Amino acid sequence: MADTLVSERPAIVEPVAPLLRAAGVCKTYRTPDHTGRLVLDRLDFGLKDGEIVAILGKSGSGKSTFLRILAGLIPASEGHVAYRGEPVTSPVRGLSMVFQSFALFPWLTVLGNVELGLEAQGVAAAERRKRAVDAIDIIGLDGFESAYPKELSGGMRQRVGFARALVVNPDILLLDEPFSALDVLTAETLRNDLLDLWTEHRIPTKGIVIVSHNIEEAVEMADRILIFGSDPGRINAEIPVTLPRPRDWDSPAFRQIVDTVYTILTTVPGRDNRRGAKPEPIGLGYRLPDAAAQPMSTVIERLTEAPYNGRADLPHLADEENLDVDDLFPLIDALHLLGFANVSGGDIELTPAGRQFADAEMLDRKPVFADAVLKHIPLAAHICRVLDERPGHRAPAARFLRELEDHLSEEEAQRVLETVIGWGRYAEIFAYDDDDEAFSLENF
Amino acid sequence: MEQRWGLPLVAWPSRLRPNYWDLVALPLVFGVIALVAWGGLAMTARYHIGDALPISLDPWRLPEYALRTVLRMAAALVASLVFSLVYAAIAAKNRQAEKILIPVLDILQSVPILGFLSITVTGFIALFPGRLLGVECAAIFAIFTSQAWNMTFSLYQSLRTVPGDLIEAARMYHLSPWQRFWRLEVPHGIPTLIWNMMMSVSGGWFFVVASEAITVSGQTIMLPGIGSYIATAIAARDLAAILYAVGVMLVVILLYDQLLFRPLLAWSQKFKGDPGADEDNVRPWFLIVMQRARVFDLVQSGGLALNRGIDGMLNTVGRRRPPRGEARPMPWLDRVFDLVLLVAAAGAMVWLGRFISTALSFAEIGWVFVLGAITAVRVLVLIAVASLIWVPIGVWIGLRPRIADKAQPIVQFLAAFPANLFFPLAVVLILNFHLNTEIWLSPLMILGTQWYIAFNVIGGAISLPAELKLAATNLGVRRWLWWRRIMLPAIFPAYVTGAVTAAGGSWNASIVSEVVQWGDTTLRATGIGAYIAQYTAEGDAARIALGIAVLCLYVLAFNRLLWRRLYNLAAERLRLD
Repeated sequence: MADTLVSERPAIVEPVAPLLRAAGVCKTYRTPDHTGRLVLDRLDFGLKDGEIVAILGKSGSGKSTFLRILAGLIPASEGHVAYRGEPVTSPVRGLSMVFQSFALFPWLTVLGNVELGLEAQGVAAAERRKRAVDAIDIIGLDGFESAYPKELSGGMRQRVGFARALVVNPDILLLDEPFSALDVLTAETLRNDLLDLWTEHRIPTKGIVIVSHNIEEAVEMADRILIFGSDPGRINAEIPVTLPRPRDWDSPAFRQIVDTVYTILTTVPGRDNRRGAKPEPIGLGYRLPDAAAQPMSTVIERLTEAPYNGRADLPHLADEENLDVDDLFPLIDALHLLGFANVSGGDIELTPAGRQFADAEMLDRKPVFADAVLKHIPLAAHICRVLDERPGHRAPAARFLRELEDHLSEEEAQRVLETVIGWGRYAEIFAYDDDDEAFSLENF
Repeated sequence: MEQRWGLPLVAWPSRLRPNYWDLVALPLVFGVIALVAWGGLAMTARYHIGDALPISLDPWRLPEYALRTVLRMAAALVASLVFSLVYAAIAAKNRQAEKILIPVLDILQSVPILGFLSITVTGFIALFPGRLLGVECAAIFAIFTSQAWNMTFSLYQSLRTVPGDLIEAARMYHLSPWQRFWRLEVPHGIPTLIWNMMMSVSGGWFFVVASEAITVSGQTIMLPGIGSYIATAIAARDLAAILYAVGVMLVVILLYDQLLFRPLLAWSQKFKGDPGADEDNVRPWFLIVMQRARVFDLVQSGGLALNRGIDGMLNTVGRRRPPRGEARPMPWLDRVFDLVLLVAAAGAMVWLGRFISTALSFAEIGWVFVLGAITAVRVLVLIAVASLIWVPIGVWIGLRPRIADKAQPIVQFLAAFPANLFFPLAVVLILNFHLNTEIWLSPLMILGTQWYIAFNVIGGAISLPAELKLAATNLGVRRWLWWRRIMLPAIFPAYVTGAVTAAGGSWNASIVSEVVQWGDTTLRATGIGAYIAQYTAEGDAARIALGIAVLCLYVLAFNRLLWRRLYNLAAERLRLD
């Protein structure tokens, strides 16, 4: 990696022992053929007192899995996690978690949800009530004590999630994409409220780990950003953020960090990302990005237009097109794979093939897309070949699924096959019958 | 902010002070307590086989008989609930147990309920010698078997589908396994459990009526209750008495509905995660009483305190044990377990084969399969006929929300009404018009179960999104095309659910509907139901076992080969979401 802004891999030799540390954490999921698939590879991590750490990564980088290992919800296959020196093998007191989906108990009132953790700890009823009401007040939910979650808006529900996490006076808050189910404005308000509580020390929390897919959010909140790479998940880079709080999203310093993050996220270690470089050939069992053909063509079209004229700054594109990391990166990866665009230094640029696609009329785009799919995606080419060879020009999906499962987990294999079905249908290179779960060649 | 309805889970001390709602609630509570005490005493009365239990046809005795029947029903319901909680919890938590418990449940579900009665009654009588309680237990057990299985299945499925994030939250906030079960897993299952409980009780009335007159070693014991009253009225050819019984049954079901299930259903809505579109915002009056009256708060806080006490105890016990690490999979243990199961199953197979073959000839076994086929034809034809009638009517009703609102509770009520009360009327008609019993006894099988088809079709038609209907009109889709492309696919999942229930109920009903009596006149149709009924009356254990086993096989085969496939098809392709 050539990025000078990025510090060396963290050397956790601190004078004070970190609040939470993970050493050599690996996670392997068992596959049907018992080979095991590595999703997290030797992660070292330390959370210091008074620090917010954000974890960013593409989907499939195992960032949520890692957070759950820190929480003690999932056991690590190798390595260990320690909280204040004590090993974490199951949920321990002192760690609270806030969930993306809120995870509120629908049959409990706001008060009931907030009190639940205290009740489980055996706190006496009177004290429980007092602490719960305090937590509800501090998070701005007073008046809603007797409401049920389904009566609340998403933002209010997540406030209950925060109140429930804070009421047990945790040392560490683990946040699993807590704002991503909320609309932009609501997320911003809640984020600012949380940051206010944190900077004014109104909550006893000493450290926060937040998993995010929103780059700006991570830059705003974190003292340190860890960027996870995929397949298997590992820490690709660590970026310290020392901007004073509150941070201004539009300040040049802020934008520069955002740019850096984009650059790292789009740089795949070990692959040639220089401008004009051809994408390297991929194997049959490659984890195709979860991107549909239609949005790809929309992005290509947009890139040809002003102000981009074939080349765009990724943060800018994401902002303009209202795409977050989970939407944008699969699209970019897919465009890169198909040879329609090159990505480097946080920029995306159309290739001649991409321009040809953009210039074509609606119906003429299909052959261009078909060429790209057959040329660059071995799985699609393989399916077509098999269909050609078979006398009835039909083949069951299970046949290809089995081949994919040699390389991927069952779930991933299914997803990859669905992706290639979508591309194949758009390209009109084969047809797929969902009822029979079979591929066939149609006479287009 | 106003306290929302739904039992509050936090009891303020002031909540426990009585208020005027208690004026309504207190008499009810004490009444129920007194009733249970009285019923319990009556159940344990001394009794020896051969003693006559005279049933009077005096209509003024009917309320008493109805109470006895209701108590039996309630006892069975409580037993079903406890059974469901235990069985489903074990099946959902223990992988090894699950392997055997779930298939067993599947088969139990298809065993004809009245078959249980003839098999178990002698055992229960032996349990409580010299008491009526044995016979009562046998009847309650029969009702229990008509209610428990689907409740257990629904709870098991709920326990298996608790959302992952809620489980994580429960672990993160250190809920003990006991707390997790009662605060997370059971609440999550409550809406479907309550719904299935209501369905169970609807079916249960049929069997409560049928199971009160029990035949043991050739003698008929009549437990005081509506079922026995009707049996006596049939023997005495007293049409007026039957009409009285029908009237009282109507009132009983209405009360059950108003006092138990309307409130329970409304209450169970609060356990649903997202506000459903079908959420009925009219709060049943009895739920208001329950929630406003302090006496119920007292009961509730008592229950919660008990629950906490047990949890505390379990925790002290649990703390002494070292915490369990991650359960390591032990493949060899699984193998051994599978092997044991296999051997046990093979052994049972051999034993059953020998038991039946020593007593019966192969010709008879073959004949019973033929009888089963005859009944199968009846069931299929009847389902087809009922579908032809109820699908158009149900759709017509379902498309008119105002009519549907009124019709749905009526149909639900009709489904709950024990159709066997009307059997005597059918006999009278058949005798009067000299009709063919093979054909005209058949409709009795579906008399009570057709409503499930109607009910579900109405539900399916209601839930068709208005936009789809408008789109169809906009495209000018009409008549047969409209049925074929829009309405039939739209109601198909709901229809299949209804048809499965109706078919299952009809198989069960065959035992009481293929042989019908009126005084000394007995009308008989050919079929496996008549076969079982005949040998139950004669007390021939081997033939009862054979009949039940064959009936069971037919039901299983139909479920596997027909209904499950339709069900999967409906679930995969024709869902509206």
